[in-house]
Amino acid sequence: MKKIYTPLSTQGLSKLKAGDEVLLSGIIYTARDQAHKRLCESIKKKKKLPFELSGAVIYYCGPTKTPKGLAIGSCGPTTSSRMDAFAPLLIKNGLKAMIGKGGCSQEVCAAIKKHKAIYFLAFAGCGALLSGCVKKATAFTYADLGPEAIVKLEVEDFPLIVGIDAKGNSVYRARAPK
Amino acid sequence: MKTIKAISIRRAVADLCVKASIVLRPDVLAALKRALAREQNKRARHLLQVIIDNAACARAKSLAICQDTGMPVVFLEVGSNVKISGDLKLAVNRGVEDGYRSGCLRDSIVRDPLLRGKPGYAPAVIHIDIVPGSNLEISVLPKGFGSENKSQLKMFKPTVGIEEIKKFIIEAVRSAGPDACPPYIIGVGIGGTADYACLLAKKALLRKLTANGERRTADDPSAALGASKRLTAKLERELLRAINNLNIGPMGLGGKTTALAVHIETYPTHIAGLPVALNISCHALRSASIIL
Ligand code: SF4
Repeated sequence: MKKIYTPLSTQGLSKLKAGDEVLLSGIIYTARDQAHKRLCESIKKKKKLPFELSGAVIYYCGPTKTPKGLAIGSCGPTTSSRMDAFAPLLIKNGLKAMIGKGGCSQEVCAAIKKHKAIYFLAFAGCGALLSGCVKKATAFTYADLGPEAIVKLEVEDFPLIVGIDAKGNSVYRARAPK
Repeated sequence: MKTIKAISIRRAVADLCVKASIVLRPDVLAALKRALAREQNKRARHLLQVIIDNAACARAKSLAICQDTGMPVVFLEVGSNVKISGDLKLAVNRGVEDGYRSGCLRDSIVRDPLLRGKPGYAPAVIHIDIVPGSNLEISVLPKGFGSENKSQLKMFKPTVGIEEIKKFIIEAVRSAGPDACPPYIIGVGIGGTADYACLLAKKALLRKLTANGERRTADDPSAALGASKRLTAKLERELLRAINNLNIGPMGLGGKTTALAVHIETYPTHIAGLPVALNISCHALRSASIIL
């Protein structure tokens, strides 16, 4: 299976097609609803972001607590469409990839195409299995958000399926026209 | 009169929260395996295998099956000959906190729906029913919100045809699409009032999944009527077939396995109405029960 590494390059991503399976290794950041709200507010107020957005990968995920002896608890993807309102602004500001589950809006799809970003699907509802691909998890910022805080993850061979490729093709489009 | 101490309830609830979140229900696991045996689509087969592997991994490592350990929904069936010494709801909520903490589950509950704030483990949504007998049955259903968000309620006219109701249910599943972690288990509540139909739909998820879709003898009034039971069983089969023809499939990537089961619960209703509620569960349908 094809392996990809962070930081992701536009060139490498352009070869991936919707539906392809890949294994991702490197650094990704978790962020859900409330973290997205804050990130976008910071961008709008021209404040510095807690991490370099350019080339970054955001994982729509709020893990469980970490059991003793493990790097992280259960950590599968959450529903991507809840981040639809925020994703285009982040993509415009350099975000390269998002990992989640389910479909994204037309606006997100258009932003992905325009800025040659990518959207991946992770195995939905399989957080226990995915936990094994996380080598290290470091609390990063927004600790007051509890499970919605941003956590920096070092992942190895994290299995993904390309949901929307850099050309804007969606794995769902042909199946579920709306 | 049998006396049950609040502390026993607290302990039982704690254990059930952990068990439900970590050990996939055997009937759900069996249904996933049956689906894998039937599924033809290559990717769908792979994804079903991943879901089955995830359940085994969760169990082996004592990890939550899914990181969304849900909003805990607790059903209490209190026998009328049972006396509870202590504060019942407090015991349940403390039990939830104990269980979620010791099981390293997720603190997903915000104290105020509008103000939000830092999430915690409790409170649970608690449904209490008084039933004959001297037992206390506790069921814990941690409900993930990816699928809870796809719930629907429609107040039909009493003259509506069954086809309209079927269309509503199928469309609700279609609109949930890939988002709520298919393959789904579809809970449907028909009758009662708006709120009661929603409760029935949720309760339908507690029912055991069976190979041939046969119904457990329900103790609701409608079950006494053979015709009603036969009709809902037929509806369940027809809906399951129609839903599995939507080609949503595991993770929404296609295949015949869009739902593992459709469970319908009914209740008498008013001459002027016909409430129909839908509560969708993702493949990670988790619940555990105990009788004290
Ligand atoms: S919908 Fe279910 S399986 Fe999917 S993330 Fe939510 S709780 Fe987990």
